[in-house]
Amino acid sequence: MQTVISARTYADFTAQATFEVKKCDTHKLDEAPATEVVMTREEGLQYYRTMQTMRRMELKADQLYKQKIIRGFCHLYDGQEACAVGIEASINLSDHLITAYRAHGYTYTRGGTVKEIMAELTGRRGGIAKGKGGSMHMYCKNFYGGNGIVGAQVPLGAGVALACKHQGRNELCVCLYGDGAANQGQIFETYNMAALWKLPVIFVCENNRYGMGTSVERAAASTDYYKRGEFIPGLRVDGMDVLCVREATRFAAEHCRSGKGPILMELQTYRYHGHSMSDPGVSYRTREEIQEVRSKSDPISMLKDRMLSNNMASVEELKEIDVEVRKEIEDAAQFATTDPEPPLEELCNHIFYNNPPLDVRGTHPWSKLKSVS
Amino acid sequence: MDEELERDERVFLMVEEVAQYDGALQVSRGLWKKYGDKRISTLPFLRVRILIMWRSGGSGGGLLLFKTGPSLPLFQAGLRPICEFMTFNFSMQAIDQVINSAAKTYYMSAGLQPVPIVFRGPNGASAGVAAQHSQCFAAWYAHCPGLKVVSPWNSEDAKGLLKSAIREDNPVVFLENELMYGVPFEMSEESQSKDFTIPIGKAKVERPGSHVTVVSHSRLVGHCLDAAAVLAKEGIECEVINLRTIRPMDVESIEASVMKTNHLVTVEGGWPQFGVGAEICARIMEGPAFNYLDAPVTRVTGVDIPMPYAKILEDHSVPQIKDIIFSIKKTLNV
Repeated sequence: MQTVISARTYADFTAQATFEVKKCDTHKLDEAPATEVVMTREEGLQYYRTMQTMRRMELKADQLYKQKIIRGFCHLYDGQEACAVGIEASINLSDHLITAYRAHGYTYTRGGTVKEIMAELTGRRGGIAKGKGGSMHMYCKNFYGGNGIVGAQVPLGAGVALACKHQGRNELCVCLYGDGAANQGQIFETYNMAALWKLPVIFVCENNRYGMGTSVERAAASTDYYKRGEFIPGLRVDGMDVLCVREATRFAAEHCRSGKGPILMELQTYRYHGHSMSDPGVSYRTREEIQEVRSKSDPISMLKDRMLSNNMASVEELKEIDVEVRKEIEDAAQFATTDPEPPLEELCNHIFYNNPPLDVRGTHPWSKLKSVS
Repeated sequence: MDEELERDERVFLMVEEVAQYDGALQVSRGLWKKYGDKRISTLPFLRVRILIMWRSGGSGGGLLLFKTGPSLPLFQAGLRPICEFMTFNFSMQAIDQVINSAAKTYYMSAGLQPVPIVFRGPNGASAGVAAQHSQCFAAWYAHCPGLKVVSPWNSEDAKGLLKSAIREDNPVVFLENELMYGVPFEMSEESQSKDFTIPIGKAKVERPGSHVTVVSHSRLVGHCLDAAAVLAKEGIECEVINLRTIRPMDVESIEASVMKTNHLVTVEGGWPQFGVGAEICARIMEGPAFNYLDAPVTRVTGVDIPMPYAKILEDHSVPQIKDIIFSIKKTLNV
């Protein structure tokens, strides 16, 4: 973390304050996460910086996509920052996480740099997946993507949790999916196995109210996603409040680590962009709705207001962070647009792991390409 | 689809995101507004497996294919569903039902339960959609008895073959191509009629030639024609065949052509192993045309790797026109 030079001395600010967060609805739980939470100045600044970085990064991606420098699929996360940041605040980097395709935010919180993420979006050799994966297929240590097929990541997440349990390292797996995927059969199969085997998995349904263009009311017979695990305890969380998410995750993590088995969190959140860059996002919802969420529930604004009104930071200090973030994004975008594309020699590599080099057929029989592990 | 919905009220369309999103790729745009909820069922974006519920009712039973995802609840009352997959990549989550419930049922029931269903959607590589969204499923589906597999190239193909597929009393896998949706083609007077159909199982010679037979399907037919135009300037006349149907394959047309040209090159976007080209090679070897070959058959295919994202890598993962030209010349030994 960088230190921010400000006109006022460090001692002028409140070191920590207590905040009230919305009470979480519970399902099959005797207790609930705390509603009075403590946040330190340091934590606040860190959450602010991280969320702002994610926000700016996604907006830059929007720009680059419109300039056709990013191609294919691009599902943006702006509006949902509190979810990724809140979750990461209550788990360790040694825990595991897997999500679907709206994954740039998580790639960042899990340890990817903005530079690597952006260069992956532009398909360059400096990308986090060397340019071979693209928007939906970013990975880093203990982060299993980035998955393109709706819902397919959920059984995988339970598998990771099974490995955690098997290896006895007190790690857990956070397994995310959306309100759209929540109606899929494989989700319920996973709930069943996770509960039967008491796997240390936190299922997280990021309910942003729309599965592509279908509102939750038109998609689900029951929109109480936190109850859909039936025999799995559940929490319904205000996903726009980073502290609420953090507290709920803390609660959930403790539940898992104590060997009680899986738990389900529904994070009620919102995405400002459409489903992907090819969706304007206004044919199935109104601009007024989007505007209302932006003005009343924006996660970054909420945190900023809290910090300012409790004298935990100054306007100038936060502006400085904004400036630094903007610079970081600009530098990353610069890198992402100038870094060369991957070399053709890379084309066939990484088919198999730990395998002797093999020949790969090119587009015709005279094209013999090489693949190394 | 509009014409077929109008013609037969048993036809029924199930599409993801059709109502307010107008269908992800706009193919079903306007249909919901015209026909309403009874005929056009919009499914939430789910793509889950197919659940099958077998119900026997009245006159011999109905089969309810209920796939939450591109879903197909059907013909209890003799309905004829059209099930749209947002792309065929997602059909993998539902493939059990396509094969085990759709393809095999008429056989398993010894003729009692036909399955007049169409599975349609974009197939194969697009642009920058990476490994999980770029696979070609022609070989996978064409492998299975009980299915018909169709792969149109141009607008006439798309219209005529889709109408035939909808009128077909058996399961048809209709492999469209996203990159072709926006490509305009001239359409003949005849093809603009509401009853214009193209028979399933017949290939078309798009360009006659005498030196080499080039067989392809879907988008790459266009590439083959481009390659043929370039080669014509060098005095090489290619006969380009548009398969139109992968299963049942019109091997006779290919054989007739090979017996004339003595050379064969197959071109496809999918992976080489166990693919469309591989099948063509096997069938040619088993038939009369083998003795007319002056050189082994050459297959031009996608590179045998998952599809990479970066543009330079993606461009080199699919057959380019220059690859087709190169392969034809090598086959002709020029």
